[in-house]
Amino acid sequence: MVHAPMWQESMEMIMQGRRTALMGAAIAALMLTAAAVAGAAEDLKLPRERVELVAPPFAHPHEQATKAGPKIVEFKLPIKEMEIVIDAAGTKFQAMTFNGSMPGPLMVVHEGDYVEVTLINPETNTMPHNIDFHAATGGLGGGALTHVSPGEQVVLRFKATRTGTFVYHCAPEGMIPWHVVSGMHGTLMVLPRDGLKDEKGKALHYDRIYYVGENDLYVPKDENGKYKRYETPGEAFADTTEVMRKLIPTHVVFNGAVGSLTGKNAMTANVGETVLIVHSQANRDSRPHLIGGHGDYVWETGKFVNPPEKDLETWFVRGGSAGAALYTFREPGIYAYVNHNLIEAVELGATAHFKVGGKWNNDLMLQVTPPGPIPPAKLGAAEPVAVIR
Amino acid sequence: MLLLFKVKIGTLVGALAGPLMAVAFTPIAMPPSSGADETLRLAPSSFSYRVAGDFSRDGKPVESPLRDLRLPEDLHIMKRQVTVAEYMVCVDHGACARLAGPLQARDAPVTGVSWHDASAYAAWVSHRTGAVHRLPTDEEWTFAAAEKVRDEALPLVDPADPSQAWIARYEAESNRSRPTGTTPQPGGTFGTNTKGLDDLAGNIWEWTDNCFVRVALDGDREQVTNTNCGVRVVEGAHRAYMTDFIRDPKSGGCAAGIPPSNLGFRLVVEQPATVVAGAVRNVAKILRRS
Repeated sequence: MVHAPMWQESMEMIMQGRRTALMGAAIAALMLTAAAVAGAAEDLKLPRERVELVAPPFAHPHEQATKAGPKIVEFKLPIKEMEIVIDAAGTKFQAMTFNGSMPGPLMVVHEGDYVEVTLINPETNTMPHNIDFHAATGGLGGGALTHVSPGEQVVLRFKATRTGTFVYHCAPEGMIPWHVVSGMHGTLMVLPRDGLKDEKGKALHYDRIYYVGENDLYVPKDENGKYKRYETPGEAFADTTEVMRKLIPTHVVFNGAVGSLTGKNAMTANVGETVLIVHSQANRDSRPHLIGGHGDYVWETGKFVNPPEKDLETWFVRGGSAGAALYTFREPGIYAYVNHNLIEAVELGATAHFKVGGKWNNDLMLQVTPPGPIPPAKLGAAEPVAVIR
Repeated sequence: MLLLFKVKIGTLVGALAGPLMAVAFTPIAMPPSSGADETLRLAPSSFSYRVAGDFSRDGKPVESPLRDLRLPEDLHIMKRQVTVAEYMVCVDHGACARLAGPLQARDAPVTGVSWHDASAYAAWVSHRTGAVHRLPTDEEWTFAAAEKVRDEALPLVDPADPSQAWIARYEAESNRSRPTGTTPQPGGTFGTNTKGLDDLAGNIWEWTDNCFVRVALDGDREQVTNTNCGVRVVEGAHRAYMTDFIRDPKSGGCAAGIPPSNLGFRLVVEQPATVVAGAVRNVAKILRRS
């Protein structure tokens, strides 16, 4: 609480406007409420589990279904402002990240669990941050209770009352979109306690899970058309906002950079294995598509209480949400997993690959005749005699 | 997967680009350096050459043959790549297409040029100097590049399973080392090879004149089943096949690995003497036959 005025002051340095002032007042009021209810944490007599987060596209070990009762799941989430490289040309970008990855890590809990997040803003950072969980109820998703300046940390606990894949993101007043498109977003997956189910209630399982976080980037260019480099995120703010406001991203990437999930970093699977692909876009619409495959069961909006759609070719992930698709690979080879706005996939970077091992099934596909010269038209093919025979 | 844009449009654009070559030339002073003054003469010696193109046996993709070759005569090839300054003179005289994209340093090799752009420049220099300048063949480039050539032989795989060759190729492409930075550097930055050529296999890939071919192998016999001159062979840190109107290559979609960072070129100069020598040889052949 002592730091709240400091936070507002630093915001005022960058932001002005009536709306911002009003939001600031609302947040100050919420912070007072938080102080009043402090101490409730000790009342919960539940087992605790501390989870070590892993960087996307992977997920920390977890049970798909559990017989155990609800617990408090602890996550430590340090914020890291860092310069990263976002494309093969070596373009440098001032990223803001949860846990040093872009997107932030996938967190997995079960319905009824309590999510307890320690949000750490190390002194090495330059800016205040917070976190808004779409899975959480009240307090601007936690955004109102989690403002931390460099050198501070905060602990937030909320109950996972709904199942599904939910985006979380940084939401500092007045600068929300900039923090989000700078990399501060991730996904929390709340699984039903008895696991995923098809439309008839039959249990569904996955052998592997991958988390693909999509990020639209807006990198300013200099007068010669070259991408500009900045020393700190703050220095990039004004120029970046100008590019953002035109709504045309310079890059659309999976996992923080063009090509970060291709080549040696391609996701892997084997024929016969079932893969759950969680796809988030915290800011902008996307349309995932698996070239050469399908979505066997797709929770397009990511909410498991709704029956999954089946046999999809492309699914729609609304900006500010995460979806989940379950697919069993049936044929080996390379699969491209793209945003099927193909301009964004090929020109701007939204492409990942799956490398799938196994034995080729000629029944599903066969190159009957390899590429070769076009044979001359057969003379007499339409002769009545030929037709009668 | 190697083909970035293997489309019929290439052929169409090739046809449209014809008029480019028919630009009327006006006599002008040559730039201080046309590249021709830094031409190396390389005497023939044997070298091994992995034939460019798509090869198959019994309808299944196979590795293309590795051949021992020897060029028939001396090769006169530019020591370094054509520079921005040189190319700009051609642009200023209306014979070459204007460069798009960010302004390039004048002393750096010219990049962002298509096969048509490179060919137009060669035609213009030929006209200016009276000596035939042209893009090298892939065989000539390989000979001149010597130890800088990277042969990407693929492992033996089960030809009956198309996914195996596919994954092997994907892995080979994924294993390519990434050039450090894509900004073109001043000539000489990437070193000189044993034959005296600068900057081979740096961050610029060079156009050759070879067309993309599809070849069916049957015993010792080779049958070219298709030749697509809308796609040319480009050489550098790895070999690639590029649609002739592409100036700025990129991967993405289903292609793996790293595309050529930049497209540039160097030229071969045909010597009048070789024309005479060739004629003499031909006459000798005719005489022998008769």
